Amino acid sequence: MEAKLEYTLRIADNALILGQRLGEWCGHGPALEEDIALTNISLDLIGQARSLLTYAGELEGNGRDEDKMAFFRDAHDFRNVLLVEQKNGHFGDTIARQFLFDHFSWLFYDALLKSNDDTLRAIAEKSIKEVTYHRRHSSEWIIRLGDGTEESHSKIQESINELWAFTGEMYTPDKLDQQALADGYGVDLVQLSEYWKQNVAGVLRQATLNVPEDGWMQKGGKKGIHSEHLGYMLAEMQHIPRTYPDAQW
Amino acid sequence: MERNEAHILELLTAVKDPEIPVLNVVDMGVIRKVDLNDDHIVVTITPTYSGCPAMDVISMNVKATLKRAFGEDAEVVSQLSPAWTTDWITDEAREKLREYGIAPPEGKSHDKSQLFAEPKVIACPKCGSENTTLVSEFGSTSCKAHYKCSDCLEPFDYFKCI
Ligand SMILES: [Zn+2]
Repeated sequence: MEAKLEYTLRIADNALILGQRLGEWCGHGPALEEDIALTNISLDLIGQARSLLTYAGELEGNGRDEDKMAFFRDAHDFRNVLLVEQKNGHFGDTIARQFLFDHFSWLFYDALLKSNDDTLRAIAEKSIKEVTYHRRHSSEWIIRLGDGTEESHSKIQESINELWAFTGEMYTPDKLDQQALADGYGVDLVQLSEYWKQNVAGVLRQATLNVPEDGWMQKGGKKGIHSEHLGYMLAEMQHIPRTYPDAQW
Repeated sequence: MERNEAHILELLTAVKDPEIPVLNVVDMGVIRKVDLNDDHIVVTITPTYSGCPAMDVISMNVKATLKRAFGEDAEVVSQLSPAWTTDWITDEAREKLREYGIAPPEGKSHDKSQLFAEPKVIACPKCGSENTTLVSEFGSTSCKAHYKCSDCLEPFDYFKCI
C-alpha cells in the first residue's frame, strides 16, 4: 500500500471505528443527556471518517468512494489502533477509552495543521474544533468519576489501568509514521507523546487518580493485526451493504 | 432573471437550514462562494460540523433553487478550509435565533488549546434571565448545547461557539 494512503487510513479508521463503537450507546446511555452526548460525538467522528475515507479513495485511485472504503474492506485492511476497537464495557470504560483517545486526537490534529498536504490540513482544521468539545467532555467525566464516590473512583481507576496497555500504540512511531514525518505530511509522534503524557497525567491527578506505570504495550492495529472484537463489529456494521451491494439510500 | 452573484445570493436566502428553519444558508455563512462559468454555476459550501446531516439536504435545495430560477444544473462543491465558525453568523441571524427560542453564540469562537473553558453567561431566550445553567454541551443537534433557565424554568438550546 502506498505510504500516504495507509497513513490516511490510520486516521480515518480511528475515527470510523470509534464512531461506530459510540453509536452502540444509542438508546442505552446512563442518562438522556449522555446518550445524546455520546451519539453526537459519534456523529462528529463518522463525519471526520467520511472526509478521510473519501480522500483515501482518491489516493488509492481505484474509484472507491467513502462507502466502499467503509463497508467493503475486511478487518485486516483496517489500520485503526487497538484502543478504539475495545468494547464499550460500562460507562466508565467508554469514558476512559474516549479520554485517552481524545487527548491523542486533539494533539494529532493540532500537529496535522502543519502538514504539507492540503487535504489533511483542511480536515484537521475542521476536526480539531469538534475534538476540543469531545476532549472537554471526557476530561470532565474523568474528574467527576475519579473525584466522586468511593465506587466511581475505584471503577474508573480500574478502567484506566486496563486500557493503559493500549495507549503506547497511538504515540509510538513506526516506520510509516517516520516516513510520513520526513515527507512533511505526517505528525511528530515523539513530541506528541510528551504532551500527551503531561496532559493526561494532569487530568488524572486532578481526578485524584493514579497515573499507571508504562508496562508492556499492546500493538498491531496500525499494521492491520486486530483483536477479535473488530471482526464482530465489522460484521454488524457491514452486514446490510454487503447483503444488498446495489442498495441506494 | 439576471444571472449574477448578488442575485444568486439573494435567491439562496430561500434555502433554510433544515434543522433551524429560521436561518438561511447565506446568513449562516455556509455559502462561501458563487462562481459563474459560461455553462454552469458553481456554489461552494462549507459544513458547520463534519457529520452534519443537514449538508446533503442543503446541497440538494441549493441545486433545486437554481434549477428553478435559471433552468440549469448548478454544481455544489464542499470545502473544509477555512473551517466554518459561528463568528460568520450575521447579527440579523442571531436575532432570528433568539426569537425562535435558541440562544445565539455568545462572543468569539474560543481558544481551542484551553482544556476547560470559563463558564459563560447565556441569557434565556424566553425570559431574558441570566440565571441559567449548562445541562450538557451536547444538545439536540451537533451545533447546540442544552441549557435550562432557573427563573422561567424552561429548558433551551444554545448555539455553541466553534
Ligand atoms: Zn427563562
